[in-house]
Amino acid sequence: MKYVDEFREPEKAEALRRQITKLSQQLEKPIKIMEVCGGHTHSIFKYGIEEILPETIELIHGPGCPVCVMPKGRLDDAIAISQNHNVILATFGDTMRVPGSKTSLLQAKAQGADIRMVYSPLDSLQIAKDNPDKEIVFFALGFETTAPSTALTILQAAVEKIHNFSMFCNHVLVIPALQALLNNPDLQLDGFVGPGHVSMVIGTDPYEFISQQYHKPIVISGFEPLDILQSIWMLLQQLIENRCEVENQYNRLVEKAGNQVALDAMNQVFLVRENFEWRGLGDIPYSGLKIHPDYAEFDAEIKFTIPNRKVADHKACQCGEILKGVLKPWECKVFGTACTPETPIGTCMVSSEGACAAYYKYGRFSHLANKNFAEQEMIILTP
Amino acid sequence: MCLGIPGQIIEITNANHKLAIVNIAGVKRQVNIACIVDEQHPPEACIGDWVLVHVGFAMNRINEQEAAETLKLLQELAAISN
Repeated sequence: MKYVDEFREPEKAEALRRQITKLSQQLEKPIKIMEVCGGHTHSIFKYGIEEILPETIELIHGPGCPVCVMPKGRLDDAIAISQNHNVILATFGDTMRVPGSKTSLLQAKAQGADIRMVYSPLDSLQIAKDNPDKEIVFFALGFETTAPSTALTILQAAVEKIHNFSMFCNHVLVIPALQALLNNPDLQLDGFVGPGHVSMVIGTDPYEFISQQYHKPIVISGFEPLDILQSIWMLLQQLIENRCEVENQYNRLVEKAGNQVALDAMNQVFLVRENFEWRGLGDIPYSGLKIHPDYAEFDAEIKFTIPNRKVADHKACQCGEILKGVLKPWECKVFGTACTPETPIGTCMVSSEGACAAYYKYGRFSHLANKNFAEQEMIILTP
Repeated sequence: MCLGIPGQIIEITNANHKLAIVNIAGVKRQVNIACIVDEQHPPEACIGDWVLVHVGFAMNRINEQEAAETLKLLQELAAISN
């Protein structure tokens, strides 16, 4: 396929691997690079990129999977909305198995709630048109890649005067999350592989603080294997030359100023929340979006009464440490035993973009050899 | 969730609502092209463009020249490496 196959050629990947190995010999110490985006985490495992890197380069899998950072309380709120009489809740497939405090959306659906998976937020608008006697709520989540599409969907609902449609808005912003990570003393990072499709919307300028205030290099990267390898090569060059800049590997899609139409739609429809809870990272100021009062009629948080409770994660779950890159997935007490993609306890095991699911799916079982399985069963039996 | 797939715009189905048919790896889907149209690029001028499609929206055009330059750089790197 055009613009996919060209960035998967094995000969060029091998050449990049050799160049990376050669450059890594000039490093003064081992380095840690965080790939922020869950899409990158998935690609890194799918193509075995981590395996071909020199031992001196460690990849840390960051919090850039929107499903993984969704707190249990917000899931419970979405389920509570779905249990209102006459409501159809629509959402992306990724969210269906994310565990809330009691059930997931999939379990709530099995218990009778009308919950539907959609490919696009526009599909949920169509459901609203097809079911005028029902209230349709779109459970919106995702970073700046997805937020413009939900904003444009609300704008279209306003134009078409669709009054039985609203959105439960859980969009999050990547920059405040990066800032929170950089302020965390536990985390010692040498550079970032920056998110490609978020940057396609916001541009590269918002990352300047990383190089200017925190003196770390960042390379905005595409998602194909050559993209990721080239980004690591570019980061190594910066580190060896003692530079810290925002560089853009994903030139074919990412422009410096981002996409103005998408940004305008977001600015028109959303306001930044003063605070938003992230699973594993806690409250991060100005990190979430809510619907602007001008579009209040499309705001499910106004239309419906929601519990709005904070729910702590299962005590055995260490998604928080994994999202911060402090622990590796296999170091979690329940990884691969009580917590698997079929029966996830934590969100990192739910989404294919989560670090735990990636380790599990692509066969990182050797790390489990020394684990005490009996002990892990006990952990689950005493929540 | 933040992944997208490249596709080529082959038909404009509703210029007012900015809807187009995009061929994504052989599958034809209706997508919204609001994020890639402006005065310089009205909907009818978008036919043939390669775009990145994410959750039913064309989020940006793929810049063919930049793609070619990146691949050229990688080719040169491979030549040096050999």
